[in-house]
Order: sequence, then C-alpha cells, then structure tokens
Amino acid sequence: MSEALDQIARTVDLSTETVRSLNAALHGLPADTNETLWRVLNPRGQHAIAVGLTRPVAIEIAGHVGYYCGGMNQAASIEVHGNAGVGVGENMMSGRIHVRGDASAAAGATAHGGMLVIEGNAAARCGISMKGIDIVVGGSVGHMSAFMAQAGTLTVLGDAGESLGDSIYEAQLFVRGMVASLGSDCIEKPMRDRHLAALRSRLDAAGFGGAIDVAEFRRYGSARRLYHFHVDNAGDY
Amino acid sequence: MCGIVGLFCKTPDLEPQLGTLLAGMLGTMRDRGPDSAGFAVYGAQDGLQVKLTVRGPVGTDFAALSPLLSQELLSDVGLIVRDTHAVLSVDAGHEIALRAALARLAPEIDIVGVGKRMELYKEVGLPADVARRFDLGGMSGSHGIGHTRMATESAVTTDGAHPYTTGRDQCLVHNGSLSNHNSLRRMLVREGLGFETENDTEVAAGYLSWRMREGDTLTGALESCLKDLDGFYTFVVGTETGFAVLRDPVSCKPAIMAETADWVAFGSEYRALVNLPGIDGARVWEPEPARVYAWERAA
Repeated sequence: MSEALDQIARTVDLSTETVRSLNAALHGLPADTNETLWRVLNPRGQHAIAVGLTRPVAIEIAGHVGYYCGGMNQAASIEVHGNAGVGVGENMMSGRIHVRGDASAAAGATAHGGMLVIEGNAAARCGISMKGIDIVVGGSVGHMSAFMAQAGTLTVLGDAGESLGDSIYEAQLFVRGMVASLGSDCIEKPMRDRHLAALRSRLDAAGFGGAIDVAEFRRYGSARRLYHFHVDNAGDY
Repeated sequence: MCGIVGLFCKTPDLEPQLGTLLAGMLGTMRDRGPDSAGFAVYGAQDGLQVKLTVRGPVGTDFAALSPLLSQELLSDVGLIVRDTHAVLSVDAGHEIALRAALARLAPEIDIVGVGKRMELYKEVGLPADVARRFDLGGMSGSHGIGHTRMATESAVTTDGAHPYTTGRDQCLVHNGSLSNHNSLRRMLVREGLGFETENDTEVAAGYLSWRMREGDTLTGALESCLKDLDGFYTFVVGTETGFAVLRDPVSCKPAIMAETADWVAFGSEYRALVNLPGIDGARVWEPEPARVYAWERAA
C-alpha cells in the first residue's frame, strides 16, 4: 500500500485491539461511510476477522488469518496478504475476497455470491455446497472440492484432487490441470464459446490476466442422475 | 476437538529454547483443549543411561524414595522431580532391577515413559498450568510434541491425556478418533504389546511401535497406518531422533506446518506458531492428506 493510502486508511492493529472490536467497528459503519479503506495489522491467525460485513469498504489484512475470515460477507472487498484458515468466505453473499497465499479446507463453503480469489492452493472441500459464488484458484484444490455444489463456478488453474464435484447439482467447474478423479454424478461437458467467454471474463476479474489460455481448461458439471430417487438404485441405500 | 503441536530443532542453537517455545504453543492451544495437557521432550542423552519418567499420586515423596532405590540397586539413581512426575535415570544395565525395586517399594508409582532421551509429562488442567507445574519452560531438547485435550469420549483423567508411548523414545499425539482400535488392540496384544488404557490413541502408538519393531522406518510405519487404521487422525510422532506428521486421507482435522532453516513446527492452527522465532519468513503450508512428513537428525 502506498504512503498516500496509508494516511487515509484507518488502521487497526490486532496485537493491541481485539477482533471483536474490529468487527464491531466495521458493523457500525453507516451506508454512506467515508471510511472506505481499512488496514488490519498483525492478524496472527486469529479467527473470524472481518466477518459479516455489509458495507462496500475495502479491507487489507497484512498477514495470515485463521478460520472463517470474511464469512457472510456482503459488498465488502477483503484482501488477505497471507494464508487463510478453514472456511474463508464461508456463506459470503456478494463482494470480493482475495487471498494472496493459500487457503485451508472449505474455502467459499455454501457461498451464495461474489468472488473469492485464492492465488495459491486451496485445500480439501473447496466450494463445498456452493450456491452461486465464483471461486477462482490460482493453484490446485484438494479432494472433494465442489461437493454438492448447487450453483456458481469453480475455476482451478492447477489440479483438482479426488472426487471433484461429487453429488453436484448445477455449478460449473473449470480445471486447467489434472483431475485426480470425478465424484459421483460429475462428468466432463463440452466447452462452448459462451463458456470460454465467461471463463475469460472471470479470469480477468480475478486478476489473472491475459497470459492464461482459456482453451487449456476443461469443463465439468452434473450428469443430473441423482436429482430423483431411482428405483434401480434402491439396493445401494 | 483437541489441539496438537510439535517442534523440531534443526540446529543445536535453538535447543535451550525448546521448552519455552513448546509451552507457548501449548498455551495457545488451550482454546482447542482446556481439560488436560501433556508433552514429551527429547533432551540430552547421558552416556549409557536410560530415563524412566514416573508418575505418583499427589504428595509422593520422590526425594525420600530415590536413596532407597539406589540402595537396592547398589548404584546411583539420578532423580529430577517435577510436580507429580519424576525422571529416574540409571545405567541401562540396571533398568530391570530399577523396575523391580519400584514395583516393590512404591507400587503406587507408574512408569509413564522410557527412553534414552524422552521425558513425558501429562496432567489434568489448563495447558499453561500443566506446562508451569512441570517447568516445561525450563527444559531444553532437540524436539518435543504436545497435546491439549477436549474430552469427548472418555473421562478427564491423567490416563486419558496424551502423549501416549508404547516404545522406547517413541510417543504420539493424536487429534481425531479411530474406529477399529479394538480389533487392532487384540491383534497387537497377540504380537506381544501391552496397553494400559482403553484409549484409541494408545493403540495407534502401539501400532507404530509394532511396525518399527518389525523393521519399518518411522516413515514406513506411518505409511502402514494408511492401510490399517480406520478413522480420523492427525498424528505427530516423536522418536529418539525423528519427528513426523501424518493426516488421514479425509483430513477432517486441521493441520498447519511451518519451516525455517532452524526449525520445523506443527500446529493444529497457525495461531500456535505465531511466536516462533522467524515465523514471518517461514514457509507455511497445510500438510496434504495421506502424506508422511518426516525429519531425522543425527543420533
């Protein structure tokens, strides 16, 4: 961050202030707040930093964060200059979260909207039960990612672990690297022009730039065989 | 829930700080396990001596006991008392006689760990209090592991606290639960191993001791776990010269590791690692499922 920005940003040092007081201050912002740039120092892996925000403010966090950072986010733009613990952006509704490092398990779990960008790797169950969010991962994702994913997109520039998209509903998955295995009812689907165009715009929005060739990606989604009970499967229960 | 931590020094310079650093890590993990805590520290080896970590009821007069033991053995028995625990050290040739003398003179005392370097302590209470009672901060060593317990399936007792040890200089802390520990325990008993508790983690420790007894390396023994253990686990293991981490293939239990030129550390959460020297420049990563991470140093 530049020095000029430093002067106008409101800085909260979590080595001297509590996460609770930071979150309370952010929750107390009025709709027309002028305090639109916040800088959080010394997060030191603490949990629940910047959760439940409802104003379109920008939060820069200087370091690694713990669990559920940016959970339930609406409208805010949160940038983590480090790694994120379990459940970053869980159930976010809108806005944007950008993790410069890696994310632990269940990144973007159950999230309804907005964009979650992870520059590094995301661990297991990335995008589990996602409901409309766009998740873009610069590295690889762990096993059982997009498990029971219902809507939205998961874009992975690296590889995907085992059982990608298990029991998926209508989310769309795009993977550039290897997929260790597809989960139950998840299949490869043809990549059409509209998918390529949407992928290009998502990569641009995520900040990955034009160097990445969208033609290298493959698309996966639901075979829609698990939507209804099928009597032939009765013996499997 | 539970919290587990581990620290392995790559350089002797850090060894005097091991206890202080490990105590800090344990204290932070109180939030994951406030019921009991325990730790094992691998200190200096003293010639051919073997160390027995023993535990007695509150008020045990170890200082009065030690001359009686020396008299029985016709050999000096070293003694360091730490609260309810004490470390007795004798020449390796006297170990059997020491065990016999303990059983006769002080049957209320349990032997909780044996090895050339390992000392093992655990008690009920908040982790920071447990660390203070045993003066963990004053200990030095090449590596150490620790556990903070949130009891879910069995009572809050010292026997239910980790680490568990079933072999010389071998111990294990565990976050998770095993579902096939009863059948494994029966198999291991047939193989000649003994168990003190009904605890699933003690079975995992016994399994590793058995594999290493059968010739596996530490890494090989942990890889065998992936085949034979059913359940949830993140393990941190210590041996005389080694330190290793393994997560089960599903990896429900959290884990984070960090490494610098001077040390390797494990924590259930990154918060446990934030006070380690040089953490800001450390490589920090989440260990992958079903992959063994192991470090060894010269004996």
